[in-house]
Amino acid sequence: MDYFLVVLFQIVGTVGNLALISVGLAVIFGMMRVINLAHGEFIMLGGFAAIFSTQAGINIWIAMLVVAPLSVALLGVVVERLIMRRLYGRMVDTMLASWGLSLLLIGLATTFFGNRVVGIAAPVGSFRVGGYSLGAYDFVLTGVAAVVFAGGYLLLRMTRAGLIARATMQNREMASSLGIEPSRVYAVTFAIGAGLSGLAGGLLAPISGVLPTMGVAYVAKAFITVITGGASVVTGTALSAALLGSINTISTFLTTPVVGDVALLLAATIFLRLLPTGITGRIFKGAP
Amino acid sequence: MPHELLSTRSLRSGYGRIPVLFGIDLTIAAGEFVGVLGHNGMGKSTFLRTVMGHIPATEGTVSFAGQDITRASPAARARAGLGYVPQGRQIFPALSVIDNLRVGAAHKTSAEAQAVIEQVIEELPRLKPILTRAGGVLSGGEQQILALARCLCSEPKLILLDEPTEGIQPSIIEEMKDTLKALAVKRGLSILLVEQNLEFISDLATRVLTIKRGQLSGEIDPRKLHDADLAGDILPA
Repeated sequence: MDYFLVVLFQIVGTVGNLALISVGLAVIFGMMRVINLAHGEFIMLGGFAAIFSTQAGINIWIAMLVVAPLSVALLGVVVERLIMRRLYGRMVDTMLASWGLSLLLIGLATTFFGNRVVGIAAPVGSFRVGGYSLGAYDFVLTGVAAVVFAGGYLLLRMTRAGLIARATMQNREMASSLGIEPSRVYAVTFAIGAGLSGLAGGLLAPISGVLPTMGVAYVAKAFITVITGGASVVTGTALSAALLGSINTISTFLTTPVVGDVALLLAATIFLRLLPTGITGRIFKGAP
Repeated sequence: MPHELLSTRSLRSGYGRIPVLFGIDLTIAAGEFVGVLGHNGMGKSTFLRTVMGHIPATEGTVSFAGQDITRASPAARARAGLGYVPQGRQIFPALSVIDNLRVGAAHKTSAEAQAVIEQVIEELPRLKPILTRAGGVLSGGEQQILALARCLCSEPKLILLDEPTEGIQPSIIEEMKDTLKALAVKRGLSILLVEQNLEFISDLATRVLTIKRGQLSGEIDPRKLHDADLAGDILPA
């Protein structure tokens, strides 16, 4: 029974982790069709922002939940204004530009922060389940992921801003014919996506440490999760994270972490073979 | 004499280096219903897209309600009172009918938006039973009515209508004709209609202009468009 609970808790943690690292990309790629290969570096910068602000004496929760997303969102505004706004509708060009940006950010981070892992202690400890000790911080990650996804769903579904964003992403020219300024909507959406990536980086800093090249470890998993989720950015990414996270954790427990990662990739491949437009291309159609 | 609402002076535009419009001079008064007839590729849609700001003018000016809007963004033009119902309708396919209407009223306060949407649904009752359906699954005719309704939600002073009868079944065309006539009178709307359907344009427009190779080439009495010989000169059968 204890072992079953441990596996269950671990699944919850992995799903939350996967959802968090994917949510920023879901907004930038899923909504805006920008192939952002610098997504991992946005996560990395969120991590550094959380660590440096904590070291500067800022409360760790504020550092992770406010400073990290805000600083990366600001960077997102600059990136959108200087680079991305010229490339909308040209997916391959967005990929090349963001790849260049990714290399630049890795280079700058290595130059200024050094090529070493830095970290901070998790703000919450562990708890016991029978003979097993589990990190309570995994539940913090999952809780924040749940709040972010619920908030994103409500924002897109229930608010005028969400409606304007969905309309603009579907048909930019028609939205502008109805009095909406698409460039403003795109800038805000990109900044939100970047900010969510920064939030993920800030929250992951205590458990993974932060290194200039850490983004590489996240970007592939994030893309796989978002693409498997399909057209509905919030619902699709949440479902996909739940499915792939469960498969990954169960396979890891039954075998090894490497096999767990292979199982995740294999599952994504099979899902996309069976559902080429992603999970929400077949079910939950039309959900945000 | 009603005051001038839209005016274009020596308006030129095109796609990249390919010029399409070669100096269009047109004035539309408040409450006027003007039709523009022409073959495919003569610049009808390009003219409307240039007036709306989707294609930049390379020369000339566009004035609306006394303001020079030649360099204004499409959104600014829409907020000033220009409405646009494009060719192909351009419905937001994943949004429901009611959400399409809400986007049309997006730059109004919630209370204003609610009131204007209710009014538009009253004026176009065909939308009432389909409010929760996705725009993308509607028939062509329903989409055309929705495109018009969405435009009306922004309460325009002038509507640019681009080939609204294209691919639409005859019964809906008749319904749309009646609706447009009624709306033009009730709301005091000005309409600039670009069409190839001679009957539709002759029944609605008070003034019909022809366009040839990017230039306005003449004016026709709308009543004469029912004359088969003259109609054949303007458009092929």
